Amino acid sequence: MGVKGKGDGSVLLTQLEWLVNWSRKSSMWPLGFGLACCALEMIATAGGSRFDIARFGMEVFRPSPRQADLMIVAGTVSKKMLPAVLRLYEQMADPKWVIAMGACASTGGVFDTYAVVQGIDQYLPVDVYIPGCPPRPEALLHGILRLHEMVQKGIARGASLRG
Amino acid sequence: MSEERTVVETLQERFPQAVEEVGEFRGQSWVVVRKENLLEVCSFLRDEPELAFDFLSFVCGVDYLPREPRFEVVYQLYSTKSHKRFRVKTRVNSQDPTVPSVTSLWATADWHERETFDLMGIHFQNHPDLRRILLPSDWVGHPLRKDYPLRGPDRTS
Repeated sequence: MGVKGKGDGSVLLTQLEWLVNWSRKSSMWPLGFGLACCALEMIATAGGSRFDIARFGMEVFRPSPRQADLMIVAGTVSKKMLPAVLRLYEQMADPKWVIAMGACASTGGVFDTYAVVQGIDQYLPVDVYIPGCPPRPEALLHGILRLHEMVQKGIARGASLRG
Repeated sequence: MSEERTVVETLQERFPQAVEEVGEFRGQSWVVVRKENLLEVCSFLRDEPELAFDFLSFVCGVDYLPREPRFEVVYQLYSTKSHKRFRVKTRVNSQDPTVPSVTSLWATADWHERETFDLMGIHFQNHPDLRRILLPSDWVGHPLRKDYPLRGPDRTS
């Protein structure tokens, strides 16, 4: 990793951060939950050999938020479901990231009604938005790789509701 | 039925005061009964051997805003003996949208009436547990009413 020999301490600190970011993005464990049809594309991305999310160190979809780093909001967030989603997010350990998967999670989608949250970014700090209705697994993988890139570069630092 | 009487004719004969209106749509007949007589008409439909409507398919509400009486509550019945279907409706006004519960006749009415209460705001008297079933328990209003804003009261446009 080349953590020695540069002389002044600041370089060492930068490289340690690079190492930490690299390890974070290389085993970013998603929280296994879905809300609508997007969840099926997410399952296809995660569970099948066809798309094989394991290539990116992410095959371990955690059933517990306490072991998860990434929340993929996959589907329509109804106002009734919102408290459960927020509670799951709050139970995740820092640092944590959020992907809004699909039109509904990003904006409410076609459900411009009294019962549906018009975009989860009103409540959670979203790092990556993935368009589509639902997005194909390739699109989800692209969004995840984009998030990996942002984490590696230190752009997405894993915000929490506490700021 | 031995005399080939229709269900509507049987009801009109038995409850001349209760049946307000009868009709037919695509071969499916229906009656509107006064809500004061709803329970006795329904128990007759269920218990009369010739009719034996022993299964309640669903309960729902209809909002006919601005007509008064504004709401209709619809009961779709089915007979597992004769395999016939029949529809009973009753009308309530907007001032007092209450209807007697038919849970004492068909236990399945429990959740159907809760749904109709939740979304349409119809109150069912003597229901064992009349609370919201689909929306969050702290929800205000009844969204399937015609005067409920589609995007919700918190958004104007």
